[in-house]
Amino acid sequence: MATRLHRHVTTPTADAAPVGAVALADRATGGARAGSRATDKPGATAEPGATAEPGATAEPGATDEFGGGDTGGAAVRVRGLRRAFGERIVLDGLDLTIGAGEFVALLGRSGSGKSTLLRILGGFDTGIWGDVLAATRRSVVFQEARLLPWTRALGNVTLGLSGKDAASRGRAALAEVGLAGRERAWPVMLSGGEAQRVALARALVREPDLVLLDEPFGALDALTRIRMHALLQELCRRHRPAVLFVTHDVDEAILLADRVLVLTDGRLSLDVPVSVASPRRRTDPAFAALRSRLLAELGVDDLDEGAH
Amino acid sequence: MTDVSYLPATAPAPTADPPSFPATVPAAGTPYAGVPAAGVPTGPAPTRATATQPVAAPALEDPTGGRRSRGSRLTVPGWVRRLTGPAVLFAVWWTVTGTGLVGGRVLASPLAVARAFGDLAGDGELWDNLSISLVRVGWGVLFGVTAGLVLAVLAGFFRAGEHIVDSSMNFLRTIPVIALLPLIIVWIGIGESAKVFLIAAGVVFPVYMNTFAGIRGVDVRLVEAGRTFGLGRLGLIRRVIVPGALPGFLIGLRWSLGVAWLLLVFAEQVNTDRGIGYLLTSAQGWNRTDLIILCLVIYGVLGLLCDGIVRILEGSLLSWRRGFTGT
Repeated sequence: MATRLHRHVTTPTADAAPVGAVALADRATGGARAGSRATDKPGATAEPGATAEPGATAEPGATDEFGGGDTGGAAVRVRGLRRAFGERIVLDGLDLTIGAGEFVALLGRSGSGKSTLLRILGGFDTGIWGDVLAATRRSVVFQEARLLPWTRALGNVTLGLSGKDAASRGRAALAEVGLAGRERAWPVMLSGGEAQRVALARALVREPDLVLLDEPFGALDALTRIRMHALLQELCRRHRPAVLFVTHDVDEAILLADRVLVLTDGRLSLDVPVSVASPRRRTDPAFAALRSRLLAELGVDDLDEGAH
Repeated sequence: MTDVSYLPATAPAPTADPPSFPATVPAAGTPYAGVPAAGVPTGPAPTRATATQPVAAPALEDPTGGRRSRGSRLTVPGWVRRLTGPAVLFAVWWTVTGTGLVGGRVLASPLAVARAFGDLAGDGELWDNLSISLVRVGWGVLFGVTAGLVLAVLAGFFRAGEHIVDSSMNFLRTIPVIALLPLIIVWIGIGESAKVFLIAAGVVFPVYMNTFAGIRGVDVRLVEAGRTFGLGRLGLIRRVIVPGALPGFLIGLRWSLGVAWLLLVFAEQVNTDRGIGYLLTSAQGWNRTDLIILCLVIYGVLGLLCDGIVRILEGSLLSWRRGFTGT
């Protein structure tokens, strides 16, 4: 997986490979990469007042925590990211740093560009402006499990892996998500939760530095979701990858993440650490306070939901 | 509990009802559509007017309407039910010919057909003709399927291939294959290769069309996922695109086998002295309806056999679709 990316790489940094470097070189920086922030601010000239604000909220926290250097142990480094679909600007000068091992939840209204950002970090979208760096070893869990229906569970987990120990590593990963003994099951035989667990195993078997999750539990029923939350927390505690967890569920974000971001109008309008004491409970006043704050940022009054 | 909108029907009506409300209460007598008025219990109709308004007990009925099916009926096996139609046809044939309603010159009886089969099978003539026909179909299908697959892969994988191949195939497809026969005779003559060529030319199109559609129908999201997890171009073709296109190819194969037998009949009517088609043409010359019908039955059985083979192929290659665990 690394080889595919490195084809595009012009100046790879210590632990991060640029994503969509072709687009960057062609359209934004003209070859100059990390550190050349002044060159790629198409949004900044248009709205100077607006760019200052998200920079002020998002940047200092990130730089303080990770030293602010280009090699400061970050799994994701995004500066001045722009993405437009035709006339519609979805991401407008977005800045984001995710530290190694950090669990970050990304909230936003539907259509706010959450999935676009995730797809860019995953390397699926190359029509971008700005600097984007993401860990070379990264994997994605999609909303639908996206298992190959003609490949058994184990084959799906080991997809793209090579080496003699691929099968045993796949087996171990399946056991870790609680699916030992289901190696030979066809995807059609798996329930929604099981299929998503296979997708988790497929993501983790690569020992990624960064896991991108795109509303992975959105299609699951509430009970299964609770179990998947516990599983994901356990897996993250054990493997310590950096995580970008895209969701529209505020409670889910607070329950799981170290830090919650809100994406509004193409920029991160809110970037807050989650300081709710663990085990996190919805009844905790800190939980409720953060919930209200996030919902307000998303433009929803949480009294509408009848919350305490 | 202030937000509870509906209280049970047994709840006592509030005494401090505003005077405007009785206007809605007489609705109680109105029956629901389709329910006899006698079935409506007395009581106030549901109303959104106030939280304290009692709710009328709705009329109840058995949703099955008394038609209960508990699966206790005697079940006939599927294959028996499927054989009923052919059995009826056979019975009609037998009756019509046996009672002399239709003469033997128009339609031979099943017995006469069986006798003709015995005669032909006895002196080996039938196997002779059958084997040469099978060889022709075999080669024709082999060449046709190979060509169709290669073209479909070219058009499916490469955009340039699509521009060149797909448009030409769509144009050629509209020409009836039988109309090629004169040209084939001019080009290749009237030997065995001409017959094989005709069959191959007919087989190419169903295989091409369905395989191409199969390749193009592969879910982009699966291709994306495959790419994320490190599959290269060859890996994508082997792990994602070929298995994804397989159902389409098998449909094309099944269709093309039917076309192959159809074209065999035409091919074997041009300068042949062996083959089922030759037997059919000769039988017509001798006015032997028993032989004609025997040939038709042979075509039918061969067609069914081919279909069965593709079905078995589908069963083993597409076992993932039904979740068949296999071994």
